[in-house]
Amino acid sequence: MNESVVLDKIVKTHGLVKAVDHVSLSIRSGEFFSLLGPSGSGKTTILRLIAGLDHPDQGDIIIQQRVVTLDPPHKRPVNMVFQHYALFPHLSVFENVAFGLHMKKERQTNIQNAVSHMLALVRLQGKEKRLPSQLSGGEQQRVALARALVNRPVVLLLDEPLAALDQQLRQEMQGELKRLQREVEATFICVTHQQDEALMLSDRIAVMQGGKVLQVGTPQEIYDHPVSSIVAQFIGLSNTLSGTIASCEGGVCRVDHEVLSSVLVMCSPHDPPQGAVTVMVRPERVHVSSDMSINGYDNMLSAVVHHVAFSGNEVVYHVRLRDKAIWMARVPIAEAQASSFAIGQPVYVHWRAMEGLVLPAHPASC
Amino acid sequence: MLNQRSDVSSAFPVKLSLLSTSLFLGLFFFLPLILVFGVSLASRGMYGGITWIPTWENYQRVFDPLVGVIFFRSLLLAGLTTFICAVLGFPLAYCLARVSRPWQLILLTLVMIPFWTNFLVRTYAWVLILRADGILNSLLIGLGLLDEPLSLLFTDLSVLVGLVYGYLPFMVLPLVVAIERISPQLEDAAFDLYASMGGMFRHVLLPLSAPGFLAGGVLVFIPSLGAFITPYLLGGGQNMMLGTFIQHEFLVARDWPFGSALSFGLMGTVLLLWFLLGRASVEKDPS
Repeated sequence: MNESVVLDKIVKTHGLVKAVDHVSLSIRSGEFFSLLGPSGSGKTTILRLIAGLDHPDQGDIIIQQRVVTLDPPHKRPVNMVFQHYALFPHLSVFENVAFGLHMKKERQTNIQNAVSHMLALVRLQGKEKRLPSQLSGGEQQRVALARALVNRPVVLLLDEPLAALDQQLRQEMQGELKRLQREVEATFICVTHQQDEALMLSDRIAVMQGGKVLQVGTPQEIYDHPVSSIVAQFIGLSNTLSGTIASCEGGVCRVDHEVLSSVLVMCSPHDPPQGAVTVMVRPERVHVSSDMSINGYDNMLSAVVHHVAFSGNEVVYHVRLRDKAIWMARVPIAEAQASSFAIGQPVYVHWRAMEGLVLPAHPASC
Repeated sequence: MLNQRSDVSSAFPVKLSLLSTSLFLGLFFFLPLILVFGVSLASRGMYGGITWIPTWENYQRVFDPLVGVIFFRSLLLAGLTTFICAVLGFPLAYCLARVSRPWQLILLTLVMIPFWTNFLVRTYAWVLILRADGILNSLLIGLGLLDEPLSLLFTDLSVLVGLVYGYLPFMVLPLVVAIERISPQLEDAAFDLYASMGGMFRHVLLPLSAPGFLAGGVLVFIPSLGAFITPYLLGGGQNMMLGTFIQHEFLVARDWPFGSALSFGLMGTVLLLWFLLGRASVEKDPS
């Protein structure tokens, strides 16, 4: 596989804190790669290391088969879109976009052509003379993209590119980013703490916490097979249940819980889990019913409706299990209208064994 | 006014404070200024008094070539002082603006500490450093770098050193404020866009620090132009600046009308420069 950026056992400390702790990643040419993690997980530091704005304490950075670990930023075929865009406030849109080419001492006519072409690509024609302060948030974002992409970088780094935009603009820019990537054929490395954004945009995702990479994979892989309960929780799996494995046979485990009744969950038949585990169920897989048993569902727990949240196309029931844990169930609006539940009403939650996930218990979870 | 208090209750304190401010400025600023202006149009008496015969002669004397030399030296020294303060002040201001909070407080206090000592005393300290048997010469001779002392004191150079020393903080403080407003991310962005250290400075830091340079420049240039203590102590009798010349006219030559006319000449110069600066900055930034 053609690798664009390789990080080899990178360590970077800020004072006493290990911001990046032995991180190794290889990012393929032309892919949209996201670093997903909470703030302080080291993802922005990794971006700065790739850009050359910081240098690692240990390890190597290889961009296009060339070791660039200690090279300054201007010697790397990499450009960055900064978190708050960092547009030069005293320069016009045109001058901002031309800055890189100007610094590289390109010919004036080349600069003129390249900037015009790039401004057309991000749909900002006619705004060349404006100052950044005279632009909307979305327009500033596009200037920042144009300013980086006009230099034809092999790798474009994006630091929380959509965080400063409102919901509607964010969805628009997500499409815009994918379109731009197709047109410029560069590798995009994006830092975000929004899991839906990462899932939607990325070809592959690295989930990070505490300076370490927990898992790398396609959105589908990470969503379907999180390696740990932390990853699972970060990717939007909020319903958990801790217990111990009672038996494992033919790819189905029975997990006993101290208070609740035992549940069944699918597992790998070759490498069955043992001991303390966490069972996780996606909110959209949980079925809420007033019936105690429904055909086809393997698991049932009794609960009480705790809170009902309506969000347009679906209803989210927050239910309290007998062990006081709160579970969420997302129900499509049509289904919710057919049978609705009131707060305080006793209900039963059902799910299939194949829809649960069993992961080794983590001390930090639940 | 007191009986109307109920309807003008909110305006009353504003009016009162305006009144007191105008009264203060009128009594202690405009009135003396008018008096000086009056004197500048009078004639010098036989024994140094003022004879109230109106004349333009004092203002004609302001354009005398001898005054021109002093005037030109003052402009040059003030200009050089401003330039050197800017060059020396920027790196210091940059460090002050970019260090972490507790350090910033400590370093800013160190910049301010000299203000706690009388300016006259501090300037006199430079006499001790610069004079023929002073600290600097003794040091250079002691190190074997010199055979005989340099005459440093009572030169334009010693005046310049004193002025830069005295006014440097007035350049540094506005620059700190200006640089603090520049996001460090802009520097990163410039480096990411292939700027060298010099390129980043020229295209990002320098233009964005302009308000600081402007404010600092005004705060350094205007007082240096009219400086008195520094050229008096470090310049000796020969290397006069406008401030020392005006003092000389008032107290030594006892020519109050000419001294007053000189004062107005200095004020006019400053106002003219101020006006030109305002015009230049308006042209540069039409918004």
